[in-house]
Amino acid sequence: MRGAKTLFEKVWSDHVVVDETRDTPAVLYIDLHLIHEVTTPQAFSVLQQHDLAVRRPDLTLATMDHSTPTTPVSSFKDVKVVGANAARQIARMEENCRDFGIELLGFGSEQRGIVHVIGPELGATQPGKTIVCGDSHTSTHGAFGALAFGIGTTEVGHVLATQCLLQRKPRTLAINVDGHLPAGVSSKDLILAIIGQIGVDGGTGHVIEYRGPAITALDMEARMTICNMSIEAGARAGMIAPDDVTFEYLQGRPRSPRGADWDAAVARWRELPSDADAEFDQSVSISAAQLEPMVTFGTNPGMVVGINEPVPDNTGDPSYRKALDYMRVPTGKPLTETTVDVVFVGSCTNSRLSDLQQAANILQGHKIADGVRMLVVPGSQQIKKEAEALGLDRIFIASGAEWRESGCSMCLGMNGDTVSNGQLSVSTSNRNFEGRQGIGARTVLASPMTAAASAIAGRVADPRQYLS
Amino acid sequence: MQSITRIQSKSVVLPTRDIDTDQIIPARFLTTTSREGLGQFLFHDLRFDKDGEKITSFVLNQPAAEGCQILIGGNNFGCGSSREHAPWALLDYGIRAVVSTEIADIFRNNSLKNGLIPIVVDTTMHQYLLQNPGIDLDISIADATLTLPDGKVVEFPIDRFARYCLVKGIDQLGYLREQLDTIRNFEETRPWTP
Repeated sequence: MRGAKTLFEKVWSDHVVVDETRDTPAVLYIDLHLIHEVTTPQAFSVLQQHDLAVRRPDLTLATMDHSTPTTPVSSFKDVKVVGANAARQIARMEENCRDFGIELLGFGSEQRGIVHVIGPELGATQPGKTIVCGDSHTSTHGAFGALAFGIGTTEVGHVLATQCLLQRKPRTLAINVDGHLPAGVSSKDLILAIIGQIGVDGGTGHVIEYRGPAITALDMEARMTICNMSIEAGARAGMIAPDDVTFEYLQGRPRSPRGADWDAAVARWRELPSDADAEFDQSVSISAAQLEPMVTFGTNPGMVVGINEPVPDNTGDPSYRKALDYMRVPTGKPLTETTVDVVFVGSCTNSRLSDLQQAANILQGHKIADGVRMLVVPGSQQIKKEAEALGLDRIFIASGAEWRESGCSMCLGMNGDTVSNGQLSVSTSNRNFEGRQGIGARTVLASPMTAAASAIAGRVADPRQYLS
Repeated sequence: MQSITRIQSKSVVLPTRDIDTDQIIPARFLTTTSREGLGQFLFHDLRFDKDGEKITSFVLNQPAAEGCQILIGGNNFGCGSSREHAPWALLDYGIRAVVSTEIADIFRNNSLKNGLIPIVVDTTMHQYLLQNPGIDLDISIADATLTLPDGKVVEFPIDRFARYCLVKGIDQLGYLREQLDTIRNFEETRPWTP
């Protein structure tokens, strides 16, 4: 049918202010601009140099998450930022938000947290919106049927000054997932398997739409984990069609529409899913039914195997060889013999309440192995409170893990939470790049269940043996 | 924004695939509030050991790399985070163009806004460039060509608008601000508001 559109095309065309031509990109309107302390100071400096205001502070929402400490404190007044530069960056964020009239969910706010956790949690993330942030994991918000993508600091300045971006329209990639995830296998394992299949550049130039029964069966938190890692396949964004699961999640949240506005919004959102005969530039299929828990063995998220599968031998390839040398992982054996030093449960990928519950379910009644340090870092202060109300903090602490304040923490080690040189970390975060979690840190990406099981076993472990 | 029309330099080769932005500039150096002076952190953990000594085997630490402005990288260069600190660090170090078979989307966008030229070539040309480090290359931004020492000319794709801005030295923010009336009209007439 002529005019049949994908979810992406509907959101895109709804936001084109000026059409794209051969010579000029489209001017694309941005509905929500999320900002954090790391990628904005230089953008605010540009505004100051040109004597420009923030055009729509009402569509801009700020928090602090990357450089912020996660050490437990009884009051935010006790927060001690690690390092003079980080402290200066945080102070600068507070000044900029004050001077430019932007709402900052900073220290002392019960709504502070990782930017990609709090957007949805507050109901600011909604279907059909365009959402950007100077952060590649902005793709997370696509789980709601928003078009959400990471931008650089120059573009942050463009959005602050004009509420628009200059963009070329990306291509579309459908990823169809059949079947249902087996017990002990989570959406983290699914997205790792997808990246393993299409490669870390498999999505370059594309917006992915995740489709099929295995996707629609997921709750919103699991969907966010999928869309979050779209960028690890090189994709511009990842999206999932909004449905009743989406609407139920959003209803009643602080920034969700209310009353008649809610009804009108839901009616509009129901029009967003891709038309039945819409065409994608590319499509890929994968079955969820046979999936195992997945673990990465190399230095990018595409170097991934099932937990009981041997690490493949592709060592004729120098880049592959280099990655395995860095990781000190032998080929031909599964990772389950590898000793673990650190376990990190957190990050914008896996720090939501259900992630913490999955980890706690595995840990309950167990102690973490001698010599293992385990950090559990909730994605937001709100999640921290909810987890404590459910007693999850007590399960973590009883098992020997550390229970922290919210933040990005050990995902990228900007705030003092790092993995030491040479240590092996099983991490629920999104990047196993060289040095990502600390100089010389060796990262194995996994689900919260696998991370918890590995903490108990003291080596990379299959969580299914601990499922009750 | 300064006009950029031509880059003439010897090449330096870093053949590893999937060079991510964490390798280009590790996250611990992102606590800066400035875009200046980041060249000292470029490829920091590949250039320096844990005692801060230069790792002499790393290509940028070798005498032949001195003054090279064109980096030939492995496939999928610049993958990972959106940190614009990556092109800032490359430019501050003196790298003005990156050549690969594929360059990650956000890194490419960030590069073009700062005058770092991302150049995608086919596999055959890439292999030639990887296997011939230190050759003299001549890049014309206006013509979107890369010229080899033997005079062979290779065209490369580059967004026409980005190229126009680079060659004319136009700041894209200025262009975008010229659209403000249209943007205001869009806001006033759209069927729903965020």
